[in-house]
Amino acid sequence: MKQAAKTVPTPDAPHGLLPIPTNPPLLRRILTAFIANEVRKVGLERVVFGLSGGVDSSLSAMLAAEALGPGNVLGIRMPYRQSSAESLEHGEAVARRAGIEMLTVDITAQIDAYFEQFPDADKSRRGNKMARERMTVLYDHSARTQALVLGTSNKTELLLGYGTLHGDMASAINPLGDLYKTQVWALAAHVGVPAEVVEKQPSADLWAGQTDEAELGFGYADVDALLYLMVDLRYSSEDLVAAGFAAPFVQRVTAMVRGSQFKRRLPVIAKVSARTIDRDFRYARDWGK
Amino acid sequence: MDKSTIAIAQTDLRLGDLEANLAIYERFAADARGAGADLVIFPELSLTGYLLKDMVPNVALRLDAPEIGKLRELSRGTALLAGFVEETPEFRFYNSAAYFEDGELLHVHRKVYLPTYGLFDEGRYFARGDRIRAFDCRLGRIAMLVCEDMWHPSTVYIATLDRALTVLCPSASPIRGISDGAEQDDNARYWESLNRMYARTFAVSIAYANRVGFEDGVGFWGGSEILDAAGNCVAKAAYYQEDLLIHEVSHDVARRQRIVAPMLRDEDVDLTINELSRLRGRLPKAADEPRRAFDGAVNDE
Repeated sequence: MKQAAKTVPTPDAPHGLLPIPTNPPLLRRILTAFIANEVRKVGLERVVFGLSGGVDSSLSAMLAAEALGPGNVLGIRMPYRQSSAESLEHGEAVARRAGIEMLTVDITAQIDAYFEQFPDADKSRRGNKMARERMTVLYDHSARTQALVLGTSNKTELLLGYGTLHGDMASAINPLGDLYKTQVWALAAHVGVPAEVVEKQPSADLWAGQTDEAELGFGYADVDALLYLMVDLRYSSEDLVAAGFAAPFVQRVTAMVRGSQFKRRLPVIAKVSARTIDRDFRYARDWGK
Repeated sequence: MDKSTIAIAQTDLRLGDLEANLAIYERFAADARGAGADLVIFPELSLTGYLLKDMVPNVALRLDAPEIGKLRELSRGTALLAGFVEETPEFRFYNSAAYFEDGELLHVHRKVYLPTYGLFDEGRYFARGDRIRAFDCRLGRIAMLVCEDMWHPSTVYIATLDRALTVLCPSASPIRGISDGAEQDDNARYWESLNRMYARTFAVSIAYANRVGFEDGVGFWGGSEILDAAGNCVAKAAYYQEDLLIHEVSHDVARRQRIVAPMLRDEDVDLTINELSRLRGRLPKAADEPRRAFDGAVNDE
């Protein structure tokens, strides 16, 4: 598969494992039904999301357009001055393909104004600040257009903690959060995301030349295979090593999943009452919906 | 009655909103009546929604509640199976299915097997039913089993030994697991194989009523179905969307099936009871009790 070809080959992962099931037609049916149901039951018709030009947001655009009608979907491009021109072009190509509305909000001025006070900030702080700035833009347009913020984080990055808390991880509903990156690629190709978007190297585009796989130090195909066995099929670390994964790779990924657990939870509340929110005050989010 | 027309109301609903869900009941019941159905079956907890958590006591109904009175009235002409939270006079809460016919409540089944694993947390909120009984109604002799009950073969075994010719199963079964090349999710396909196996093995008609919609991202796959006593799916509802399934069920198939494959007749109930009595106390009991190791000594009695 072309997806496997572009990942960095590593000696860490075994070959010949059962591939992660993708079943694009079934996922498409379930996820479009999910978007339509969860948006309309709160009395809304629209969604808004950050249109980065990457494969995750592009897939979200196509699914949301199919679920709600393209006129009910707003994708916002939020470039910083260092963002790549290719990302902007890809965002526009996807918006055109999906038929959705597109808006561009440059965040350079507010980011630069802030870091004038903290010129020593490293690129990680700057990248996180940009991700959170974009979140505030999305929530402002959520209020302006009566639209839910559609999340675009996939299961791989949620499990690895490869996202910015309260930044790109913030959303109202997320159709992709239970899909590994390799499943995202397969579904994106199936629903007609432009090939140049599906086939390019994934990048958070927070600084020039950044790519996910270089930053993570492993390929998505390998880590998805590992995570699928570990999380979905409940392989232990010993089982994973026995299945052929290099022990240091298993240990590193396990540590990343455990170390980022805080990003997948609400803030910790000190319990003093008999009934504490989320601990013994338990209601579905769709309470009364 | 040798023939009866069964309707399945494959609904979406509002979580924790009795009034809105009663209106849905009225709409589907009217449509089923208009189509000449003898019975309309609603899914598990369809009067309340499934993911209730701490809402359970707030939406619970005693059998003398006004809402139950409405269901009684709604059952005139076309009988009705409702899924709801039952509150007892001693304040226990059950995941129950109630069968109403011509203004009377004929039978209540309290879900016995409350899934408490993975995404399920029913054992935390509900009391566990303690009996499985067939009963007589206009469809003949039937039994109700709620969702997870059916994942325990003993329930269908008991129901059919209790002379049920039809098993009604209200369900709230979630989309769970994806496989390549399959048209539906893994859970849907498992249920479908289960229903066919039971219908054929016990020569019993099965009406399986699943819901649709999403609750906190958990989707329900629909796909309600009616199987004849030879294990053939004779009516199938849409997947993932609301539907009203209507089909005439005849006991002729059960009769023919029980002639050619009389396994139920040949069932040795005393042998089963003897063997289960021998095993009693040696097997791990309910999930909430400490597990005891099986000692392996099976030939000492």
